[in-house]
Amino acid sequence: MKRLANILALALVFAAQGVSAQTLKAVKDRGILNCGANGTLAGFGSPDAQGNWTGLDVDFCRAVAAAIFNDPTKVKFVALTAKDRFTALQSGEIDVLARNTTWTSSRDTSLGLNFAGVIYYDGQGFIVRNALKVNSALELNGASVCVQQGTTTELNLADYFRTHKMQLKSVTFATADEAVKAYDAGRCDAYTTDASALYAERLRLANPNDNMILPEIISKEPLAPVVRHGDDQWFDIVKWVLFAMLDAEELDVTSKTVSNALKSDNPEIKRLVGTEGNYGEQLGLTKDWVVRIVTNVGNYGEVFERNVGQGSPLKIARGLNALWNKGGIQYAPPVR
Amino acid sequence: MTVRPTRSLLTNPILRSIVYQVLLCAAVGLLAYAAISNAAENLARARIATGFGFWNTTAGFDISQTLIDYSSQSSTYGRAFWVGLLNTLLVAGLGIVGATVLGFVIGIARLSRNWLVAKAAAGYVELIRNLPLLLQLLFWYNAVLKALPETRDSFVLAGSIFLNNRGLVLPRAIPQDGSSALALALIGGIVAALLYRTWARRRQAQTGQSSPVLVVGVALTILPALVVLLLKGFPVTFELPERGRFNITGGTEALPEFAALLFGLVIYTAAFIAEVVRAGIQAVPTGQIEAAHALGLRRNLALRLIVLPQAMRVIVPPLTSQYLNLVKNSSLAVAIGYPDLVQVFTGTVLNQTGQAVEVVALTMAVYLVISLVTSLAMNLYNRLIAPVGEHP
Repeated sequence: MKRLANILALALVFAAQGVSAQTLKAVKDRGILNCGANGTLAGFGSPDAQGNWTGLDVDFCRAVAAAIFNDPTKVKFVALTAKDRFTALQSGEIDVLARNTTWTSSRDTSLGLNFAGVIYYDGQGFIVRNALKVNSALELNGASVCVQQGTTTELNLADYFRTHKMQLKSVTFATADEAVKAYDAGRCDAYTTDASALYAERLRLANPNDNMILPEIISKEPLAPVVRHGDDQWFDIVKWVLFAMLDAEELDVTSKTVSNALKSDNPEIKRLVGTEGNYGEQLGLTKDWVVRIVTNVGNYGEVFERNVGQGSPLKIARGLNALWNKGGIQYAPPVR
Repeated sequence: MTVRPTRSLLTNPILRSIVYQVLLCAAVGLLAYAAISNAAENLARARIATGFGFWNTTAGFDISQTLIDYSSQSSTYGRAFWVGLLNTLLVAGLGIVGATVLGFVIGIARLSRNWLVAKAAAGYVELIRNLPLLLQLLFWYNAVLKALPETRDSFVLAGSIFLNNRGLVLPRAIPQDGSSALALALIGGIVAALLYRTWARRRQAQTGQSSPVLVVGVALTILPALVVLLLKGFPVTFELPERGRFNITGGTEALPEFAALLFGLVIYTAAFIAEVVRAGIQAVPTGQIEAAHALGLRRNLALRLIVLPQAMRVIVPPLTSQYLNLVKNSSLAVAIGYPDLVQVFTGTVLNQTGQAVEVVALTMAVYLVISLVTSLAMNLYNRLIAPVGEHP
């Protein structure tokens, strides 16, 4: 990990062009999209037993590739730790970072990054062993907590304990894997990360049923895909791929019904699927960009249920991530 | 009449060598300049923050082991840097001491006439130095976590020393009035003992009479401190650790991450030092050992007085390399969660500030300084042990 950081820093020093604008052209010339993903987080980004990458973030990258190439397989996934992810993006190693990354003001500004809309509204929680008989995070005074380094989680943890005048003994690890293993080995009383990831990690513990997730959500963690500063066209494309997936769900355009949608008279659907207007060309893509996304990957709802929702072992409820007209806060601007 | 061949400037060897060197320096300088200006331009274009402005910004994250005062709410990234650096120096310093002691023991044991001892030492060296250090660290860390009991079932010694998989907790010594007098007495005693040793050596060199250095030395070290204790009472109180809801609270603790890293570094580096020591001893001409025996020196005396002092001249330069390796290897702490400089600074601080170039460059500079200082100290020591009149 340390070496990777060093190499990436070196790349920052020597990278002459690449880092600048023209990301779309570079991706097209290369014929493949470089996507920074998690690699060890079930439901968001991890390779399965056959080496196929799956997850919500992974499918987002596939959607970007589908919009550009009409082929969701033209993605090279680069597994990144929380620590190395921003350097990899800054240095041009990857074109887009979709790795359950929290959108914050300092990352948006001083790191030279742009966040392309919220793909998952998350919040930080705690997991503890049932045997501790703890029912609330407020009872954790004096507890040891395992945490992954280089995350907003690490900062929220210190804030939360300080705010509630509790003693904290944090143990920090470079990767989530190491932190979870240490928790499972009894090094810590609790492990903390985003609630969605807690559900995924819980399944990997030796005895998942001996562990419980505490009810408190102690922070706002809007997870978003990220691109570099300095290429507005590419920023627009990544942002609108996400919005298009949300709009498709809102208009009930799914991978199964997309052929009907092409015959639809509904003007909103016509604009979305490109039978009216040239909204795809305006982005630098093709007229049928949304059709490509939905046919190859699916709309937001399909992707959600398949990876983290009822169609997955995680069984996370839509909650905040339901559409704005279904009780959640997912709301995308219209294509027009 | 001799005619000196006129040489053109083009074939003048001195001029040519100067030109080549100037060209090389210019090329290297140009490359460095291009890299730096390129990086600055790229960073500016991507509007990534540059400079060390983050140094005085509040860090906001917690660190598990701090040798100086540090709090997530009020301490800065700069403070976090010093915390990490001190943690690195702590584990590297203790590691060097431990690895040296263990390495010398194993190296000498390899040359033992006792078959079992020699083979055991050889087995140790071959096993340890042929396995990657990272794997060994992970092994020791998991061994520590798995072998030790959970907090509730801690091993308890004397009612106030706790050992569990969260670490070793000892009573914390809190100095009271008069503790400085005790410290002074101890230091004075040690100085007196050292002076006595020097005097005894000179006397032996001049008259051949030996003195009871060990007994007198220990007495000189302890007696003044005892007198102070009798006069003033015991000037230190202890904060005893107690069981809390989750952890043992109070006292001072040694973390399992620290123990695993120190253990791993010592065991690994000792294998290499053992080989260095063996090579050094075998480089001493056998005639020297035979002469020592002929003079009637026992084996351990011959080793201490004749063999090791000569072997040291061969041992010290490669030993320095091993020390440098140990210092650098301590950065593998990242893998097992020990908060050393790399873990804290190029880990969390780099990530929170995003300033990879500054953070990585500073960290590399720090390791360079630590290594150069270590090297310098060892070179001075090497000069000290070189025989009079011989220049290394």
